[in-house]
Amino acid sequence: MKAELLLGDEAVALAALHAGLTAAYSYPGTPASEILEYLIKLAEEHKHLKASWSVNEKVAYEEALGVSFAGKRALVSMKHVGLNVAADPFMNSAITGTNGGLVLAVADDPSMHSSQNEQDSRYYAQFAQIFCFEPSNHQEAYDMTRRAFDLSEETGLPVMVRLVTRLSHSRSMVQPCEARGENELSYGASSDWTLLPVNARRRFKILLEKQPSLTRLAEESEFNRLELNDKDRSLGVIASGIAYNYVMENLTSKGKAPSVLKIGTYPIPETLCRQLVNHVDTVLVVEEGYPFIEKMLRGLFGIPGKTLRGKLSGDLPLSGELSPEVVRPALGLPGLPRRELSGFQLVARPPQLCQGCPHADALIALNKALEGYPGANVFSDIGCYTLGAYPPYKAVQTCVCMGASVSMAKGGAEAGVSPSVAVIGDSTFGHSGLTPLLDAAAANTNMTVVILDNATVAMTGGQPSYASGERLVRLIEGAGVPREHIRVIEPLPKNLEKNIKVIKEELAHEGISVIVAVRECVVEARKKKRRD
Amino acid sequence: MKQDIILAGVGGQGILSIAFVIDSAALKNGFQVKQAEVHGMSQRGGAVQSHLRLSDERIFSDLIPKGEADMILSVEPLETLRYLDYLRPEGIVVSSSTPFINIPDYPDIEAVLGKIREVPGHLIIDSEKLAREAGSARTQNMVMLGAASRYLMVKKDDLVEFIGVLFKTKNESTVAANIKAFELGRGAAGPYA
Ligand SMILES: Cc1ncc(C[n+]2csc(CCOP(=O)(O)OP(=O)(O)O)c2C)c(N)n1
Ligand code: SF4
Repeated sequence: MKAELLLGDEAVALAALHAGLTAAYSYPGTPASEILEYLIKLAEEHKHLKASWSVNEKVAYEEALGVSFAGKRALVSMKHVGLNVAADPFMNSAITGTNGGLVLAVADDPSMHSSQNEQDSRYYAQFAQIFCFEPSNHQEAYDMTRRAFDLSEETGLPVMVRLVTRLSHSRSMVQPCEARGENELSYGASSDWTLLPVNARRRFKILLEKQPSLTRLAEESEFNRLELNDKDRSLGVIASGIAYNYVMENLTSKGKAPSVLKIGTYPIPETLCRQLVNHVDTVLVVEEGYPFIEKMLRGLFGIPGKTLRGKLSGDLPLSGELSPEVVRPALGLPGLPRRELSGFQLVARPPQLCQGCPHADALIALNKALEGYPGANVFSDIGCYTLGAYPPYKAVQTCVCMGASVSMAKGGAEAGVSPSVAVIGDSTFGHSGLTPLLDAAAANTNMTVVILDNATVAMTGGQPSYASGERLVRLIEGAGVPREHIRVIEPLPKNLEKNIKVIKEELAHEGISVIVAVRECVVEARKKKRRD
Repeated sequence: MKQDIILAGVGGQGILSIAFVIDSAALKNGFQVKQAEVHGMSQRGGAVQSHLRLSDERIFSDLIPKGEADMILSVEPLETLRYLDYLRPEGIVVSSSTPFINIPDYPDIEAVLGKIREVPGHLIIDSEKLAREAGSARTQNMVMLGAASRYLMVKKDDLVEFIGVLFKTKNESTVAANIKAFELGRGAAGPYA
């Protein structure tokens, strides 16, 4: 097969296809979106493959689990915070176990380039007690994903592949290997998959009994490599995932060669760790994310007679992503000479709403309607409209997690916030906004929900949104919001006065009301026009 | 042999198109390539940069270390300054002089250009003017690629070939405008190298 220039995300996607994939599911989220986007493209040629966006990560995970139950192979991918949403099926899938190979690709976002936090998914793998791969480069992203499917079927457990932004969104050459076919249909045993306490207890024991074999697999894995330097025993480095690259980048150019243990699997290879620690005086742990390995090595009391350095010792930062220059001082190397910008105040250029964006018109109308309400609070959600927090709009006061606008507005209203307003996009509403609206409608909470229906998932690049158009209005009605308090507006400059009036009327209504602002994202509209 | 290039600009200016053309030309000549891109949040009119690394040896880091960049190739002058600390002391800057003003506090453009001129190896190109001359203001990225092409370790003909590939789904006039933009940029970069 021919080598290809691929994103880290695309390497994972291609490997899954070649591993004999039947179906792939995901909900968009940077930096993981390109995994499913690539599979959707591949599915045009590979007709057996089902690749589709799900309404949220929990649904995506469960759909993948259903494929695995049926004996076939599934990939589910998401950004790190998506796994919070999918945590329930994820944790329980380690108890049911898998039938066909099930691989979860999670992309973490250290430095929070496009996220609310920088949680480290390796903790989830450990929490669920499953095997996890962490590739350092594109070829490994491919090879590890391939291996992950085999390993899932050998161990009967889901396997995680942990990516980070810089690998997901970097391109390099990948040499693929032969593709294999799909699995045959074969159902899982109901006694394994029905987690009544009697079965769950037995299944959990089985999971525990599998742990030594996972450790053994890590010990034998070709993705963990120890290189000992017999001449210099002062320093040993443990580096995992892409952190390994930053270490090697600095070492190769400087001819310095401490012993290095490269880690690519979790559980971590205990024997190799012990060998390295015994060999050197000081151990430096370099890892992208939280000090996960470092904490494990340190335990409560550290390693007697050895110095352990890393994020906890302050040699590396506890937050933000690593880079070659961040790792350099920890290796005892001076910074490289470089140009500096002095005597000049750099101003930031934050992302902003596009020219002509429908959200801008909706937020301007909302701001106007709220004038004269000093007690008002606008709980926002996550999407392009969150950029409305910046000037000139300054239109929203919170952004926490998907769907939280509606639930927080209900809580806020019950605590006395008035008017209590939620602003949420159509896709986010489908993801997690419908369930809290059901709550609010049942309680007839005095709040107003503004749903910005731009007919797409714009923030992450224009994936399809399901809770949009007519279906969206029917969903709102179905949730129990009175028909006369579901108001549809078109956010355009020429409709400003009309829209302010509608919003004001609903703010004044004592009880639940929903305003749907319908106008297509201008970027998507332009893309569509170019396609036609 | 290696070349580390920081590509800079504002979301929508076609940074990744420049990267695609250089990557493809490098791969054709058997070089290794790593290219870190920016997706997501930073694209909506925000600052965008890409780290492009070409080498005949194994490349470890996806990110260029600060102090290793051989070139900053930038479609926007303020963005040029944002990445100056990636540049080797003897590294060069190939920068557009056309400001993209979408923020209220955009600094005085003369001060910005003055700072770029402090870099000994600098080349400032009026990309907007040349792009219009080529037939489309949207070809500023190819003007800048053309200007930088004299200093790249890939061949000019290969770059032109992949500009053709990049726009192969577009009509012929688009391809022609982009190649013309490239040539105008290259011409403006002077006769040496
Ligand atoms: C659990 C979770 N999944 C995914 C994301 C990534 N994400 C951020 S906003 C968004 C959707 C935005 O769509 P929509 O609400 O329709 O607003 P738009 O961007 O179209 O304005 C997504 C998928 C996230 N932050 N959290
Ligand atoms: S991508 Fe669409 S929704 Fe997002 S800011 Fe631009 S026009 Fe608005």
